[in-house]
Amino acid sequence: MKLTAAVLSLAAKLLSGATVRWFECQPDSCQRIYFANHTSHLDALILWASLPRLVREVTRPVAAKDYWIKGPLRRYIAQTFNALLIDRDEIKVHNSPIDLMLKEMGSKYSLIVFPEGTRNTGEEMQEFKSGLYHLSRKRPDLELMPVYIDNLNRVLPRGEFLPVPLLSSITIGPPIWLEPKENKHDFLNRARAAVRRLKDI
Amino acid sequence: MTEVFTTSATTLLLLAQFGGGLKAAAGAPLLPRVRGMLDLRTFILLGTVLGLLAAASIIGRVLRRSADTTLNPAMVKTFRSRVNAWWTMYAILIAGFLVDFVFLSTATTVVLFGLVSFWALREYITMTPTRRGDHRTLFWTFFLFTPLQYVLVGIGSFCFELYTTMIPVYASLFIPARIAISGDPKRFLERVAKIQAGLLICVYALSHAPALLSLELHTSAGQPWAGSRAGLLFYFVLLVQLNDVFQYVWGQLLGKHVIAEQINSSKTWEGVIGGLMSSMLLSMLLYWATPFSLWEAPCIALVVSLAGFAGTMTMSAVKRDRGVSDYGTLVQGHAGVLDRIDSICFAAPVFFHITRYFFSAL
Repeated sequence: MKLTAAVLSLAAKLLSGATVRWFECQPDSCQRIYFANHTSHLDALILWASLPRLVREVTRPVAAKDYWIKGPLRRYIAQTFNALLIDRDEIKVHNSPIDLMLKEMGSKYSLIVFPEGTRNTGEEMQEFKSGLYHLSRKRPDLELMPVYIDNLNRVLPRGEFLPVPLLSSITIGPPIWLEPKENKHDFLNRARAAVRRLKDI
Repeated sequence: MTEVFTTSATTLLLLAQFGGGLKAAAGAPLLPRVRGMLDLRTFILLGTVLGLLAAASIIGRVLRRSADTTLNPAMVKTFRSRVNAWWTMYAILIAGFLVDFVFLSTATTVVLFGLVSFWALREYITMTPTRRGDHRTLFWTFFLFTPLQYVLVGIGSFCFELYTTMIPVYASLFIPARIAISGDPKRFLERVAKIQAGLLICVYALSHAPALLSLELHTSAGQPWAGSRAGLLFYFVLLVQLNDVFQYVWGQLLGKHVIAEQINSSKTWEGVIGGLMSSMLLSMLLYWATPFSLWEAPCIALVVSLAGFAGTMTMSAVKRDRGVSDYGTLVQGHAGVLDRIDSICFAAPVFFHITRYFFSAL
């Protein structure tokens, strides 16, 4: 399993030529939520692969269950990356994905989330879904790390299965936290701006 | 057990005969190909360059350490990063030559140039905006045309017609057709031209450098030349790279009249002319490493240096159009492969054709 993960992440790194920049922050194995813009199927894989090994071992990408349990190959890949699969169709009050994420994180794991919910097709990022806000309210100690992924949508756009090996870049920015008394709408806008800002650095 | 040995021995013999037959069919006898990789002259050339590089590294170190230097620290930094880039480049090239020398082939060097092309094209397309509809075209450009070009070059003179026409004719026709089929008419001509230019410069043009390895060289008088083709390739790369340096140095010393301010503010007429003269002089100093005579060498150096200058200007124009200073990566600040090889790309075809028409058995 470890070997597959190493091989897959090396292949992904070579293919995407990703440069990783830690802007005003450092890699750390403390509990964090990495939240990024979502443009390609490779996003989670490349972001996960570009973390240092020790950090990677305690970081789990959050992914859609309906997509990743189709077929043995996808299931295997999801397992390799220790992905946390969320059921998008069966969201109920007593079984909310937020509670599942918090339970699975425990006091050890960090998560990679894509708050846009689905891959965006246009140039601009979509509005963020509220999950990030709820996570942060229940666990205010988590560091929320904004991540901007550039050019990966050209490597493997939506609906394509053959990649083109262009160079992409991943920028990880300084953490943000939920401010006291900050409302949901303001917080989500601020989080989105934190990701957007990394594009021009 | 003995049976197995006999069978494999027979197979090997058959393979050897077949290989020999292929080479004979290609008009290239086995012997010169084996002999042509490395020789004493090449070793002297390689050794000299390594010595010069070591000296340059030491100078860079001393300059960085000495506090009371009158030189601009940014210039010292550029110098040091340049020297480091050359170390990498020559180390890789020489490693390729040595592997080929051991295995009596040209494959490693050709593959190395292929990888450089692939990387340069990658940088070029990354900097160039393309649309969703170009995705499949780009896939074939990267994974079919680029490797195929180098396979044809690797096969050698036998494929000369194919490797000189495949990209300018067939790939250039395939690209617009494939983009048309994808059904997005927006900025069609522009998108086609971008991909065609990238493939032409980064892959087609550069592949003429390793194509030198398959030539049967002689002097212009028709006397067979006993030197090494790898040495000639090395001489070419060295000449073009040093021409860049000469242009830079003369530009810094005497430069007053900038050629095209908006394209490349460091290229001056004084620098270019000084660079041309220096390169011609250098080629006369190194003529013993080539099949060229003492007066032919500077003429060829003149043409090659002009082509190299054209390459730098062209690739600068592309960078200025895209508003970046280097190809490197999306991250600004460090130069990429394409920044280092732009002059080689433009000079390779002209050097190859001069050598092929006047100094080789066609």
